[in-house]
Amino acid sequence: MNTHLTETHDGLRDDLALISNWITPGARVLDLGCGDGALLAHLQQTKQVSGYGLEIDPDNLIDCVAAGVNVLQLDLDAGLEEFEDNSFDFVVMSSALQEVRRPDELIDEMLRIGRDSIVTFPNFGHWKPRLSLGLRGLMPVSGSLPNRWYDTPNIHLCTVRDFETLCRHKSVEIVRRHVVNHAHRSNIGMRTFPNLLGEIALYQLRRGTSD
Amino acid sequence: MNHDAPHSVGQVEPQTLHVEQAMPLDCGKTLDRFDIVYETYGTLNADASNAVLICHALSGNHHAAGYHSEDDTKPGWWDKCIGPGKMIDTDRFFVVSPANLGGYNGSTGPGSTHPDTGRHYGPDFPVVTAGDWVRSQDILREALGIEQWSAVIGGSLGGMQVMQWSIDFPDRLRHAVVIAAAPKLSAQNIAFNEIARQAIVTDPEFHGGRYYEHDVVPRRGLMLARMLGHITYLSDEAMRAKFGRDLRDGRISYGFDVEFQVESYLRYQGASFVDRFDANTYLLMTKALDYFDPAHAHGGDLAKAFAPATARFLVISFTSDWRFAPARSREIVDSLVDAGKQVSYAEVTSDLGHDDFLLTLPHYVKTMRAYLDRVAREIGA
Repeated sequence: MNTHLTETHDGLRDDLALISNWITPGARVLDLGCGDGALLAHLQQTKQVSGYGLEIDPDNLIDCVAAGVNVLQLDLDAGLEEFEDNSFDFVVMSSALQEVRRPDELIDEMLRIGRDSIVTFPNFGHWKPRLSLGLRGLMPVSGSLPNRWYDTPNIHLCTVRDFETLCRHKSVEIVRRHVVNHAHRSNIGMRTFPNLLGEIALYQLRRGTSD
Repeated sequence: MNHDAPHSVGQVEPQTLHVEQAMPLDCGKTLDRFDIVYETYGTLNADASNAVLICHALSGNHHAAGYHSEDDTKPGWWDKCIGPGKMIDTDRFFVVSPANLGGYNGSTGPGSTHPDTGRHYGPDFPVVTAGDWVRSQDILREALGIEQWSAVIGGSLGGMQVMQWSIDFPDRLRHAVVIAAAPKLSAQNIAFNEIARQAIVTDPEFHGGRYYEHDVVPRRGLMLARMLGHITYLSDEAMRAKFGRDLRDGRISYGFDVEFQVESYLRYQGASFVDRFDANTYLLMTKALDYFDPAHAHGGDLAKAFAPATARFLVISFTSDWRFAPARSREIVDSLVDAGKQVSYAEVTSDLGHDDFLLTLPHYVKTMRAYLDRVAREIGA
């Protein structure tokens, strides 16, 4: 399946449109680092989902409020212990995994709170970062990694392989994986060599049975 | 004074609703008849859908915005936030601001005349609760011909009434805006209230609450209560910034008169409060605060208490508020999330403390505006 957009998502950012495809209608969704609330606003309109976005930036928060999205001004690094086990169908974290202090602990929390979790992150194993670092000796700057080393919010960059190793250690079930380029398109090459050719990785995760 | 400034509601006149129906109170007593004094700002639209109720805090009353006379220099207590084009926009909303029962210079309270005895109620005025207030405000709603408030808004003790509204009359409000509040008082909060009450009742001029008949007021007690309260309304940081250790006369005098600026400020706040507030009312208001605990009837489970609520919530806290710190607002938010309610929560970075809810920090105002703009569009205002 040459997946790009299987549904119409007018004006929605491509990565959010990809996530949106995986969310079932009427679901209860918690969106970690929800930005301006675009994903939730879209899901409310097209899939009648309910839920909340978590956002630390006050200007983003105001955008969410203006968009009619339930938003809670909370710091992901302060933990999510107030949220009850299994209280959401989906816990989503788009392009924020690499910015938090303890991604591993946050993934545990997502799996505890949600039946399903959806995580996206820029793949540091893509050939371009490898080339930049390996041949030129420079920290990579690219479409999916636009910041320079000194002003980047990314403090825990990882590769597709790193991430899947962590999932294996945690006995996390990978329900599905999708890798795309920075224009959020996929092809057979990316599906065959995701860690080398995928720029952005999307995962749907569940608690493993051994938990 | 220019009371015609573009963002002022201008000169306003308090109105009175005489209620002739008896109202049973939570304490078991009944008020046979009572007055609710209120002000309104803005215009009620044709389908009466744009009404907003303002619930006031401990020292507030019906006079939330505008001026009472041509040479009035002091506007209502929330004038910075209520008016044409302001955060609570009277060009779009019809704002109703009642004074609570038990208050001073407004709705029936301890300083009012008891209809049976012809004397001041004084200590005989029953102890009222947030639940009683909300019931009386609902009588006002009905009298004004308002089916449903588009929003009920309140800060501090006012925020507690907003929560009470959402639980007791879920169909009567679309939105609940709870600002700088707590789901119940902490032991520390109650302790502060108790010291304030003790200051009042041990004042020799208190006369068991019948000071009106002795033509005196328990000045010292009420002043101390207000001074104590004021400390809790400001952050340590704000006091440091405002007064530091500045001396009024520039040098230490090795005595017990006012020396530090902060002492001078507190004495001024206390003294001016005595002229506009009633000691028995202070006792009642602090008791209403102490008793507020909607979770109590549900085994301490606040989420269960919120179960009947259908309103959408906006909860706001201020980082420098230590009287009702952000963690207290988080308790409210967490319970609303657990109960599956629609809620947004903003934690506004601030310096001043609890009093920040009365002022206009940009992120606070922008969040409120964004929220109330949606409310207005929802109802077509």
